[in-house]
Amino acid sequence: MSFSRRDFLKASAAGIVIGAFPGLAFASSELIKKKGQRVVVVGGGFGGATAAKYIRKWSNNKIEVVLIERNPMFISCPMSNTVLGGGRTIDDLTMSYDELKKKYGIKLVKGEVTAIDPEKQTVMLANGHLKYDRLIVSPGVDFMYDKVEGLNESVANISITHAWKAGAQTVLLRKQLEAMPDGGVFAISIPKGPYRCPPGPYERACQVAHYFKQNKPKSKVLILDANPDIVSKKGLFMAAWNELYPGMVEYRPNALVSKVDVASKTAKTEFDDVKADVLNVLPPMKAGAVADMAGLANVDGRWCGVDFLTYESKVHKGIHVIGDAVSAALPKSGHMATSQAKVCAAAVIELMQGKQPDQNPTIANTCYSMVSGNEAVHVANVYRFNVEKQAMVAAEGGGVSAKRSELEGAFAGYWLKNILNDVLL
Amino acid sequence: MIMSRTLLVVFGMLFCTAAQAEVDKHARNLAASCSACHGTDGNSEGGMPVLAGLDKALFVNQMKDFKSGARPATVMHQHAKGYTDEEYELLADFFSAQKRH
Repeated sequence: MSFSRRDFLKASAAGIVIGAFPGLAFASSELIKKKGQRVVVVGGGFGGATAAKYIRKWSNNKIEVVLIERNPMFISCPMSNTVLGGGRTIDDLTMSYDELKKKYGIKLVKGEVTAIDPEKQTVMLANGHLKYDRLIVSPGVDFMYDKVEGLNESVANISITHAWKAGAQTVLLRKQLEAMPDGGVFAISIPKGPYRCPPGPYERACQVAHYFKQNKPKSKVLILDANPDIVSKKGLFMAAWNELYPGMVEYRPNALVSKVDVASKTAKTEFDDVKADVLNVLPPMKAGAVADMAGLANVDGRWCGVDFLTYESKVHKGIHVIGDAVSAALPKSGHMATSQAKVCAAAVIELMQGKQPDQNPTIANTCYSMVSGNEAVHVANVYRFNVEKQAMVAAEGGGVSAKRSELEGAFAGYWLKNILNDVLL
Repeated sequence: MIMSRTLLVVFGMLFCTAAQAEVDKHARNLAASCSACHGTDGNSEGGMPVLAGLDKALFVNQMKDFKSGARPATVMHQHAKGYTDEEYELLADFFSAQKRH
């Protein structure tokens, strides 16, 4: 202990000991001084924004909540395939975070997390740090570009999109479809599960076909699925393709795309090379990068194992993970992220007040897919905590639509309105 | 004796209050999953029925009718089968106590 604080500061100023404390720069400023009990939420998507709101709401504003988000606006991924079909614009799906600040007193920090120190309960950003009592990480998914030779983030941003996070790529993909000649081919590549939004790729095929049917009727939709079969709502999607878009949609199972050629827009599978006019490749997915910063992705190095009573990480106490990043037999959907967020919010409040969290979490998921301009299909399930399995298990009675309908198409729109209000207003 | 009986009653009341609060939280947590379609605390902004302030008996009966198929539905027959009769009661307690906006 001969190394005094003064010595440390001197040494630090001289740049001697900085390297000994990676991730925790003493020079960094505390962005918002922590006074009372605080939860920091990383990621303002469906999961994170909901957790932030419900911790304020259910703690009667007693717990301070800081929400870190890198994007200026919230853009809904659910229903974003309708931008491709022409039913909505990206603006229709874009919402502000302002009400979370005004109505709930959530402190919004715009920026990206650069490091997490679970021991010191500190989150680092480029311009400073934040201390927390409990951390909720809702990082969504990131893309494993290295699994598809020739693909990377810059290629995705300008040429072979994934458009699997709603935003600029969604708009670009729509423009590519508009610029495509009639008689052209749109090909979508689906990775092996688990991936975000199981029915999403098949809904996208419907929405692109819907656009083609109206504007480019000689064109084709080709689905290259790495999975052995349609992952979700199979009968309903097949009926939509056969009855609404006969001869337009071709489905190929076991078609794993391992390589692309950007210049010729060619996707290579084990069996053949597929050349498309518009190529849309969803790379394999894993928990968003923030999860890696604290080593939270302990399942296959991709997904985060959690305790389903609290969503506390299996790796670090005091850090909770919600949404698509979680390893579970639960669909990676927007509704599921909000349901997990509420279980987590309730548990975090109880834990911070020294009480026992709800021992019987029971949550629901309803997921609509638009199969045309005005018809939808759904899958719905209730999931409850199973003590023996220590997992969330589907309850009896869940299932899919009997058939596609305009009524469900209208419900899908109301679902979007209500869930966005529940998350952000 | 009288003293201890009074104490028992007081303890009993305290226990009930505490237990009630716990039950309410579980009901609140259960109900929270419904808000994606039915709005925060059951205050739907359109399309789906408003559940906030709904009569308890009506709520429970509707859920039972969804489960049995007596009331046809696109989605609710599936959700209704996922919850127990006790959960219908908890959900009905919670939603009936919410203010309509």
